[in-house]
Amino acid sequence: MTPDFKSLPVLETKTAGCGCDAEAHDDHQGEDHAALEQVRDRLATTRGKDYWRSLDELADRPEFRRFLETEFPSKHELWMEPVTRRDFLKLMGAGMAMMFFSGCRKPLEKIFANNEDPESRVTGKPLFYASALTMGGFAQGVLVETHEGRPTKIEGNTLHPDSLGATDVFMQAAILGFYDPDRAQAVMNRGIVSSWGALVNVLRGEMIAQQGTQGAGLRILSGNVSSPTLVDQMKQLFKKFPKAQWIQYEPLSPHGATEGARMAFGEPVQTRYALENADVILSLDADFLASGPDKLRNARMFARGRNLVGGKHSMNRLYVIEPCPTITGAAADHRLALRASDIETAARALAAELGLSGFNKGADLPTAAPAWIKAAADDLRSHRGRSAVIAGESHPAIVHALAHAMNEALGNNGRTVIYTEPVLAQAVDQVTALRTLVDDMMEKRVDMLIMIDGNPVFDAPADFNFAQALDRVKTRVRLGLYDDETSNLAHWSVPAAHALESWTDARATDGTITITQPMIEPLYAGKTVHELLSVLLDGSPRTSHDVVKDFWKTQHQGLNFEAFWKTSLHDGIVAGSALPARRVSLRSGWANGSYTRSTDLEIVFKADPSVWDGRFANNGWLQELPKPLTKLTWDNAALMSPATAARLRVDSHDIITLSLHGQSVKAPVWITVGHVDNSITVGLGYGRRLAGRVGNDKGFNAYPLRASSGMGFSSGLSVSRTGESMKLACTQIHHGMEGRNIVRGATLTEYQRDEKFAEVEGDNPSSEQTLYNSPKQDERVGWGMSIDMNLCIGCNACMIGCQAENNISIVGKDQVLRGREMHWIRIDNYFSGDPVQPEFTHQPVPCMHCENAPCEPVCPVGATIHNDEGINEMVYNRCVGTRYCSNNCPYKVRRFNFYQFADEDTETLKLGRNPDVTVRGRGVMEKCTYCIQRINVAKFAADKEDRDVRDGEIVMACQAACPTEAIAFGNIRDPKSQVSQLKTEPRNYPLLGELGTRPHTTYLAKVRNTNPALENV
Amino acid sequence: MSAARSQAPLIDPRHTTETVTEKITANILTDRTPGFWFVGFAVGFTLLMTLTVAIIWLFARGTGIWGVNIPAGWGFAIINFVWWIGIGHAGTLISAILFLLHQKWRTSINRYAEAMTLFAVACAGIFPLIHVGRPWRAYWLFPYPNTMGLWPQFRSPLMWDVFAVSTYATVSALFWFVGLIPDLATLRDRARNKTAKFIYGIGALGWRGSTRHWHRYEMAYTLLAGLATPLVVSVHTVVSWDFAVSLIPGWHTTIFPPYFVAGAIYSGFAMVITLCIPLRKYYHMADLITDRHLDVMAQVMLATGMIVAYGYLMEIFMAWYNGNVYEQYMVLNRFTGPYWPAYWALLMCNIVIPQCLWIPSVRVNEPLLFIISLVINVGMWLERFIIVVTSLHRDFLPSSWGTYLPTKWDLATYFGTIGLFLTLLFLFIRFLPAISISETRELVAHNEESHE
Repeated sequence: MTPDFKSLPVLETKTAGCGCDAEAHDDHQGEDHAALEQVRDRLATTRGKDYWRSLDELADRPEFRRFLETEFPSKHELWMEPVTRRDFLKLMGAGMAMMFFSGCRKPLEKIFANNEDPESRVTGKPLFYASALTMGGFAQGVLVETHEGRPTKIEGNTLHPDSLGATDVFMQAAILGFYDPDRAQAVMNRGIVSSWGALVNVLRGEMIAQQGTQGAGLRILSGNVSSPTLVDQMKQLFKKFPKAQWIQYEPLSPHGATEGARMAFGEPVQTRYALENADVILSLDADFLASGPDKLRNARMFARGRNLVGGKHSMNRLYVIEPCPTITGAAADHRLALRASDIETAARALAAELGLSGFNKGADLPTAAPAWIKAAADDLRSHRGRSAVIAGESHPAIVHALAHAMNEALGNNGRTVIYTEPVLAQAVDQVTALRTLVDDMMEKRVDMLIMIDGNPVFDAPADFNFAQALDRVKTRVRLGLYDDETSNLAHWSVPAAHALESWTDARATDGTITITQPMIEPLYAGKTVHELLSVLLDGSPRTSHDVVKDFWKTQHQGLNFEAFWKTSLHDGIVAGSALPARRVSLRSGWANGSYTRSTDLEIVFKADPSVWDGRFANNGWLQELPKPLTKLTWDNAALMSPATAARLRVDSHDIITLSLHGQSVKAPVWITVGHVDNSITVGLGYGRRLAGRVGNDKGFNAYPLRASSGMGFSSGLSVSRTGESMKLACTQIHHGMEGRNIVRGATLTEYQRDEKFAEVEGDNPSSEQTLYNSPKQDERVGWGMSIDMNLCIGCNACMIGCQAENNISIVGKDQVLRGREMHWIRIDNYFSGDPVQPEFTHQPVPCMHCENAPCEPVCPVGATIHNDEGINEMVYNRCVGTRYCSNNCPYKVRRFNFYQFADEDTETLKLGRNPDVTVRGRGVMEKCTYCIQRINVAKFAADKEDRDVRDGEIVMACQAACPTEAIAFGNIRDPKSQVSQLKTEPRNYPLLGELGTRPHTTYLAKVRNTNPALENV
Repeated sequence: MSAARSQAPLIDPRHTTETVTEKITANILTDRTPGFWFVGFAVGFTLLMTLTVAIIWLFARGTGIWGVNIPAGWGFAIINFVWWIGIGHAGTLISAILFLLHQKWRTSINRYAEAMTLFAVACAGIFPLIHVGRPWRAYWLFPYPNTMGLWPQFRSPLMWDVFAVSTYATVSALFWFVGLIPDLATLRDRARNKTAKFIYGIGALGWRGSTRHWHRYEMAYTLLAGLATPLVVSVHTVVSWDFAVSLIPGWHTTIFPPYFVAGAIYSGFAMVITLCIPLRKYYHMADLITDRHLDVMAQVMLATGMIVAYGYLMEIFMAWYNGNVYEQYMVLNRFTGPYWPAYWALLMCNIVIPQCLWIPSVRVNEPLLFIISLVINVGMWLERFIIVVTSLHRDFLPSSWGTYLPTKWDLATYFGTIGLFLTLLFLFIRFLPAISISETRELVAHNEESHE
């Protein structure tokens, strides 16, 4: 199913139309439109009996009285008399009619929407729209699959530089987030349902008041901003209110990077990497494959440098120094576990080895480290201009500056490391900016604080006491997706429009701009930041469509704006908007400062791989996604090495108290092999109180330990045992291979010596060894898959891509504890080698579609059968649920609906399901189908055109999501297809092939490019 | 075995045909129902109600109320199924094979052994139906003509199970009922209560004891015995195929059919002894079910127990001998894995403790024999637990290994079926002759003849 985006502009005109209509009416209404709108909004959500009850209730509400006073002054007195219901209805006659005719808002409009069916829409056929989601302010280019106007699936946009067609788990899970029934659904004023119109009135009053002081009391706090439209609105705001301030704070931004660049170059720059040109990469605790806005591009380019397909015998080499195993560390050829507090020392030592001078070399490192660093430095030096040193997001400015200097010394700048102007609107130290804001709030210098997105009450540095400061702000307005911890303390909370229902724009890390278009009218009457700002600017709301489009009209220089607009929307990028690379010059003398290295027990704060900074806490797909390497679900934990756990006399599942700076937090322990000793890593973002029904009270909140002085890590942690314990839900308990040939691997040297190292005798027993006849197979078509374990980084994108595509249910923590998770594709981790610092291998395991499938003959009702194209099919309707097939599956890829797992009650969730895939009920077995719905779409298309399905025409959901292109799918009976070619690779092997199952999914063995100089270290 | 014991009478020689009839029918028709019957029935019935609740809750919520998961897709339900079916084996063996072999000692015990078979099969039969994810579709396992032209999948051992178990249930029921006919007629004739007379009369099918009736009866009984004989071997063989046909280490073994059949007879006899010792004690039946019976049954147990022990040994030997890492791990995992207590307890119960039966005095010592037979029942349950759970919970890919733990609903269902069994059993001994009147009379007559 290749994304087809022929039909894009349609959506734009449709939404534009409705936006304009609403606007026109607003103009006629005059001053009291706000109060009216409030009433109307309320009525719009009620029906029938409730409608009348609402009218009665409304009649008693102050805003209605106010509205009445101004709208019908003559009848006002009459109304103030005690009235009968009859009088009331008589009185309301005219008013109501007016409300309806002027109030063509969402619900009514939606009914008519399909009267003007967009020309390209065919019922039952999906349409793909290019757009973007944002994370940390940066655009993530996507194609959104919509069915009959409902977004159902996110794919990457191949034209977008930070997607290149791939997606990460958060992008995939955005669909569920969009339909989340727990999202904020109404404007709330101090906990009571109010209306947008009422808020507009309030804001208008506030802005008039602020005009006197030039906005000195006005503060806006948001996450990172890269949107050119918003930046423009911001500029207008500052023009009108020069003393107003806009603070941007992301709890997990690389806070040291801006300062680091300023330190090294005297100016802030945006750093990005061209890893396709790098032969040797060294990461100083940078998880560049799994976090950061450019991770997908990094992963893609990193994987290109490791791809051995087609007889290649060379690949890049990755060195990683980190405290806690991450995806990047697991992908490393050499991984050095160092405490986070030692990373700076390591950076200094590395810089010294590379011949840099003029800085304090620092203290001693653990025994193995100096030799390791020397070997890595030698390797880097011998790859001048083809190497890269990447500094960790959470490390202080000096580490970033040292990395810049090392890259400069290695001649990498401009080759593997590229600098541009900052992409984000503000290149300042966010922690300092937030501190200033909090001080202002404490001193009551802030009259009105508008908080856009983010969740500062939950995630601001603990020592700022944000909640306490917030209490001193006179008017607090919040625009957010959820009624969360921050909204709860705001006077006004406005539901924000989700990225899939709003017009905006945003930039990629290289500056490329994407204009984001909505797929659907806001589900819950959400507002965009542009709408909110337009109220501040003009006193009345403008639709975000108009704001964005008008801005782009001013930006477009060419003649045909509409053509530009449509092309930009269609492609999902504004052509030529990337920022040019620029030269930077390294300053000197910045590294002389003294520094101390602590050896106390340290705590490391990491973004949680599932809920990130907490914003995805209410997303069940993400909560249930096993975190890479630890395989924990539904909880965060205090990760520590076996030695540290032994020293603290604790075991996994034990609850300990972590104390730092006088703050204490209770956390369960999870022993993590590969973690550095004397260090504890905690994931942020858990322990939410007001996340929603899914995310509330899951895990523990680590933010109270995170002070502005130690945003990335902090020493001086003290730990005490509580004697309590809890059950953590982990999906993979055994990580050893027990001497089985499951994951096969070799070093590059071994591979060069023997390409066929992965071949094991007996892998492909002949078909005569079975009593059963081989299933009858089509001679021309047979579907198969190849998974390259050398490319897989274990990022989980495939798992959640599959979940979104195939309507896979989540089951909840207690069911995961029982071993009943439903993922059709899972990622197995195996640890090998040194038990303290092992090597990690990921193995994605979907259904193997065995030609001799053991599941098939054992089913008593024939619910799982083989088709002639090699697919092991599952007939849900026929399944009675004996679970015999699962027992007999050596790969254990079958999943059973032990309960009614699929939510059949929540209306919004129904909208988000893929209509091409059956929603499975209780008591039915399910498993990977090779996205049979996608195969069928391609087959029908091919049939209509009287041709064969082309190679690459069918893309599996897992394959589409994969950032490293590790998964290939196609016709294995066509020797020219990509998948057939891959299966002739010498590294190709079947998993458990000796059982005679003849799996159609096969693996390419993993190769590590180890440094011979490090073999004995 | 001493010559004296082998010659010991199978029935108290003082018994005449009349005393036999009187004694057995009095229990049912005239004697006051003893207090222990009410206690036993109450326990059984309470457990039966637990089963009802457990099944209702299961149907309401889903299979998830049990402890099964992925990888262990089967748990208590299948363990209990195999266990109950195994217990059912002794009945048929005693009734059919021993009948054909003219083993007279079977006479006093065959009736209730058959009843036990029937009730055990009833308990077993519940599990395949309720263990499926969609029990309302369980009938799809039966081959019935339908408009969709869909048939079950005949390659699946579960399908064979359906035939094996339903055939077994049918033949056992027929066999039991045919054997009952003359006794029902006796009861009809001796009953004073009109309703009882009427009901027994229906069951007696108009039996008048004519020579022709006896002739037909003997013919039918012999034929049914012949029909049932292969079932003794076939049912548990088919049940073992549920496992042996799969490729899971610990299941995929050719030794399973004989080893399962031996195990079934082993557990069946253990259950017969477990029931017979209290029965003969409380109903004062030691004159009908004599020490000789206990002795012979204990010997059968010992023999089949040795076959089972050989099976265990071979499993271990083959795992070592074939060099397959998965098999080897499976054995190691049984020895030292998370379920090691169950495995060692199984060896203790099924192999070590039953060795006491080599001692002749133990074989007639009621309390000891009772305990040993209970231990064997437990051991045979553990055997099925080990086979089902330890094989599944750690198979080929360590990434998918898991643990299986039963829930309270698993336990409720298991003990619930014991309740069903007890309820049926107590109803049986209250309303039907637990010892065949006609056959015992025959035995007495035979004895009298030989004495004369």
